[in-house]
Amino acid sequence: MPDQLLFAMEVFLNGLMAGVLYALVALGFVLIFKASGIFNYAQGVMALFAALTLVGIMEGQVPFSHLINAVFGTEVHHFGWHLPALAAILLTGVVMIVLAWVVNRLIFRHLVGQEPIILFMATIGLAYFMEGLGDLMWGADIKKLDVGLPQGINLWIDETTFEAFGYGFFIDNLDLWATGIAAALVVALTIFSQYSKQGRALRAVADDHQAALSVGISLNFIWVLVWSIAGFVALVAGIMWGTKSGVQFSLSLIALKALPVLMLGGFTSIPGAIVGGLIIGVGEKLFEFAIGPLVGGATENWFAYVLALLFLVFRPQGLFGERIIERV
Amino acid sequence: MLYREAGDFKTSYREDNQSFPIRFDRIAVQVALVLALLVVPFVINDYWANAVALPFLIYAIAAIGLNILVGYCGQVSLGTGGFMAVGAYATYKLMTAFPEVSIIVHVLLAGGITAGVGVLFGLPSLRIKGFYLAVATLAAQFFLVWLFNRVPWFYNNSASGQISAPERGVLGQAVTGPNAEAWVTYLFCLLFLLFCALVARNLTRGTLGRSWMAIRDMDIAAEIIGVNPLKAKLTAFAVSSFFIGISGSLFFAVYLGAVEVGEAFGINKSFLVLFMIIIGGLGRIAGSLMGAAFLVLLPVLLKNLLVGGFGWPTDLAAHLEFMIVGGLIVTFLVAEPHGLAQLWRVGKEKLRLWPFPH
Repeated sequence: MPDQLLFAMEVFLNGLMAGVLYALVALGFVLIFKASGIFNYAQGVMALFAALTLVGIMEGQVPFSHLINAVFGTEVHHFGWHLPALAAILLTGVVMIVLAWVVNRLIFRHLVGQEPIILFMATIGLAYFMEGLGDLMWGADIKKLDVGLPQGINLWIDETTFEAFGYGFFIDNLDLWATGIAAALVVALTIFSQYSKQGRALRAVADDHQAALSVGISLNFIWVLVWSIAGFVALVAGIMWGTKSGVQFSLSLIALKALPVLMLGGFTSIPGAIVGGLIIGVGEKLFEFAIGPLVGGATENWFAYVLALLFLVFRPQGLFGERIIERV
Repeated sequence: MLYREAGDFKTSYREDNQSFPIRFDRIAVQVALVLALLVVPFVINDYWANAVALPFLIYAIAAIGLNILVGYCGQVSLGTGGFMAVGAYATYKLMTAFPEVSIIVHVLLAGGITAGVGVLFGLPSLRIKGFYLAVATLAAQFFLVWLFNRVPWFYNNSASGQISAPERGVLGQAVTGPNAEAWVTYLFCLLFLLFCALVARNLTRGTLGRSWMAIRDMDIAAEIIGVNPLKAKLTAFAVSSFFIGISGSLFFAVYLGAVEVGEAFGINKSFLVLFMIIIGGLGRIAGSLMGAAFLVLLPVLLKNLLVGGFGWPTDLAAHLEFMIVGGLIVTFLVAEPHGLAQLWRVGKEKLRLWPFPH
């Protein structure tokens, strides 16, 4: 096989893996959008916040230590313990649930019935707030996150492909794990929303708020539930991205990467988020591989948006989105 | 007791339709203008010009531009940073290509070029609405920044990839470059702001502005009563981008002097200007000014208070600033979705009645 084709195949596979990670973030968006019609820009910052909290709890950092030190002139930094990863993940999950409750209580309860675009802007404000809060609580330095997921080249794939084609593919173990976990997450979410009582209530709310209210479903409970699930998805995404590239500010920018994924797949479709993520992941990697060198590289910055933009011109509701019907 | 309209009779439509129908407002605005034009230039120094006055004036122009698109026409855009970059780079290319032409012409031409680019990126708005459009404008943001970063023609092949403004002047006074004095740059930006505010005010109360508002309130209904959505949306994109281009041009040439595109015109700039119009008030020219003033002054105040007053480290103050800005946005949306301009209006109603309750 010619080398170029082999390289392209490797790029394709890595694109698929990156796409899974995009899809993971996009999934959180879709969940909240379906249940409450809120387009949650803060999803990326939630992932950052979750990862920061996770590292902070694992390392036993004192929250707000910088602030406390600055105000009272003390020198506190660490509690002096190291928690195992699983316990820290559970604790972070609790934090995300509390966060979901607070966000609903303080913000979205007061904005019921507002225009979607107002809600969108409120989430941008929330994103800024949480960005500041996360940095203030845990410090803005780049942190390493290690919850025990394997990293580095997958030797088995490397050897197998080397024997088959004479060229070993470089696939990161972490990406394989991420793919597996994302798949498990999607299956779990699907089962939850199809077969559990709360899942059915959730779908009812997504379908029609007022009808759901009239049959006795508590909107408040459902919204807290949905934000908690989105917080959990953000935690998973935060763990994956944090392990991959360190817990830092740029983690929150993956939200921006998830937006074209959503546009492509449609805001209301879980399969759409997955397929959209894969298309964007593969598309931008292949484009960078084929066209990037000709135009100066770094096309990954914009390719996804332009692709989604062109796509939307032909199909405004995305691949799997519900058809938009407008009436006067 | 000061704020009365009793005895202030209007005897013609012209008087009835003026921008400031209440005499007290009119006098206040005139006094403010006289102060800004005739007094401030004599007392302003470098610190005040660079920390407060210039950013306020320039962001106010951008906010007016974005308000036309978002507040009046209802098309949410996150591409402001990209369009400001177009204005900046257009100015740079014009300044270096035609050094003998006046800088005023360059700034206006840069606005025109940005308007063209804006129309181009506004075309999808005919098919895409709401969130989808907001996300689609991100394509403009990222693509334009990438373009100016990667194509050497735009920065005249300079080794650093930066662009820096050569010295140009008006009436013998340097406006750009290191020798520009504070009062000259201040007046230059102020005049542009007044020009933009005047144009925006008069556009938004005419036929064009009404067609924008009809599209904003319900586009299908507007189309049925005979508003051409193609014309309304594209003119909104054009006018909005024209102002944003001017502000980008001033931001680069007069305020910063040298610019690296990713840093100066990144996605954060888009959000900042969007926040200004949310806090100030969507669909109000005065709101754009208030929002810009608020978000320019707030960081300066916080920095002076926390770093200068309490002696906190700067990074802590920066994090706290994020929280406060974010919290304020949410608070405004919950408490007063129409922003500072609406608060001002409510305050005026109260003032009219004061000291009586009804």
